[in-house]
Amino acid sequence: MDKQRRKFLKIAGVTVLAGMSAPVVVNLTAAPPALASAGKGQATTSVPAAAHGGEAAPKGVRLGMLIDMRKLYGRPELLEKVMAVCNKVHNIPKIDNKKSEIKWIWKTPYANAFIDQSTNHSSKIARENDFLVLCNHCNQPPCVRVCPTKATFVDTKTGIVAMDYHRCIGCRFCMMGCPYGARSFNWMDPQPFIKELNPNFPARMRGVVEKCNFCGERLALGKEPACVEAVKEVGAIVFGDLNDPQSEICRILDKEHTIQRSAALGTQPSVFYIV
Amino acid sequence: MIEKALKGNSNYWMWLAFLSAFIAVGGICYLRQFLYGMHLTGMGRDLSWGLYISQFTFLVGVAAGGLMLVLPYYIHNYKAFGRITILGEFLAIASIVMCLMFIMADIGQPLRGLNMILHPTPNSMLFWDMVVLLGYLGLNIICGWVILTAERKQVKPPKWVYFFVYLSLPFAVSIHTVTAMLYCGLPGRHFWLSAITAPRFLASAFAAGPALIVIACLVMKRIANFDAGTEAIKKLTTIIMYAAIINAFFVGLEFFVGWYSNIPGHKHSLEYLFFGLEHHGHVYNNLVPFMWTSVFLCFGGLALFGYMKIKDVFNDVWVGVGCLMIFFALWLDKGLGFVMGGLVVNPLNEVVEYYPTANEIGITLGIWATGFLIVTILYKIAVKVEHEVEGHQ
Repeated sequence: MDKQRRKFLKIAGVTVLAGMSAPVVVNLTAAPPALASAGKGQATTSVPAAAHGGEAAPKGVRLGMLIDMRKLYGRPELLEKVMAVCNKVHNIPKIDNKKSEIKWIWKTPYANAFIDQSTNHSSKIARENDFLVLCNHCNQPPCVRVCPTKATFVDTKTGIVAMDYHRCIGCRFCMMGCPYGARSFNWMDPQPFIKELNPNFPARMRGVVEKCNFCGERLALGKEPACVEAVKEVGAIVFGDLNDPQSEICRILDKEHTIQRSAALGTQPSVFYIV
Repeated sequence: MIEKALKGNSNYWMWLAFLSAFIAVGGICYLRQFLYGMHLTGMGRDLSWGLYISQFTFLVGVAAGGLMLVLPYYIHNYKAFGRITILGEFLAIASIVMCLMFIMADIGQPLRGLNMILHPTPNSMLFWDMVVLLGYLGLNIICGWVILTAERKQVKPPKWVYFFVYLSLPFAVSIHTVTAMLYCGLPGRHFWLSAITAPRFLASAFAAGPALIVIACLVMKRIANFDAGTEAIKKLTTIIMYAAIINAFFVGLEFFVGWYSNIPGHKHSLEYLFFGLEHHGHVYNNLVPFMWTSVFLCFGGLALFGYMKIKDVFNDVWVGVGCLMIFFALWLDKGLGFVMGGLVVNPLNEVVEYYPTANEIGITLGIWATGFLIVTILYKIAVKVEHEVEGHQ
């Protein structure tokens, strides 16, 4: 009798263990279609790059942004407009507390935006103007690498580094991984701090991370990102496919000298600057 | 065996009541955080990890430190550790429970915690940390319980349990290695981006874990009539000395790399921790007293142990003081300095100092008290079993 009970307990224990680990095994072995195509993309990036330290041959769409700061120098009102528009369309709460604030696109001095550039004898323009910073939508995003739930991921159709607010557990590992400080955490319920709710975009809940999404929701409707539209009058921000040599952004990148933030870290940022 | 924890003298119950008071306060503080949000902590956009994660990191080390008892006993057949190996295993259980509680306290959406398992992500070190921590917890529960049960029945432990005992050795190393990998693989966090992070974690773990066990042994000698044996304690202090010296050596290497290369990013965190970091005319130095306390306690403890070894004297009180000094030194080093130091300069070269809030400290103390409560109960059971066996003989 005792032996039978022991045998039963053994079988029951093994069954429970197997049951508990089943979702892991199933999820790891059956890659969803999106992941399968990501695998294909990775296969191309593993091909040795043409130049040492350069990026691999492009494949698919990779949306990028070029910020021509020359058109924004001396016009702080344009920077404010960009930030205000972004805050409005994305329901970003206005929290007047540096500790808990939420930022998607914001302005900062040259020395803070480009920490690996010399500021020993920076130009008067660089000293006197603020620079726009936002998520770089890296081609090799460390935030995606570290996320334990795939709540932040690369949208393979656009190259956008996107967020799933409903899956995020709020561990903030992505904020540790991001070398650009582009991510914000909802330390408190953001809704009371949203001045005017935009019903076309979700407001977030407390306890999740958020960041710039390159206006994926507007792109889906055939519109440009809100920041691009906000400074359309001077054409300071160009948006397009970095993998399409015929796109406007690629034509300008061919012509002009541009820099990226902390490019030496190998994240391959998709936001370029003319300073 | 659980019933053995239900009998004790008034001191035992007073100690449990004392711990329960902290647990109750911690529970209330956690409810506040759960209901109102994590802005009740000192963490913020720049310092988005704080006290919880640093305690987690330190306690993973305490859990891994049990290896220094299990390994000599089971691999080298070092009999003197026979009575205390179980203490290492039980300490590991309590430490990992605390680790898991700190993780749950730290995440913004604790109810979604299962997403880690429902959407397993092998490229995330946090996923692997969960795997090895749960694995190590399970192994220690199995090994500790089975071996103690066998001891109680005065039979040899079943052979199959040795498979789990030997498996727990690499697991002990893995938990702290993977915890170090949470930090040392992040671009742009220079203080953490160091291959020596994992070895350094292990070294400090192999000092802090045994130090806590020695303290527990000395306390139990006084109040529970449990004598670990002078030889075992002496050997543990030797292990603690070597591990603490290796940890200090590794910290010294970090200083060399920072100052000789003269790369600002490699120096900033150490400057902030030990000398104060000057930035735009303001000196940020709120951790400097803590770090120098750590240095003096570490070398003070080492000197004390060294003196006792050279003069060949042994005194429970001084051994206890030495272990307390080294344990506290390593707590300051890893449970405070490592995380805060690494985050003080944000990715935009702004400097932000961290001050934990009362609510946060309440939760932290509550979790520590829970750990002490679990350790007390488990050790009570282990000691009672030993007494029972001795009574039979």
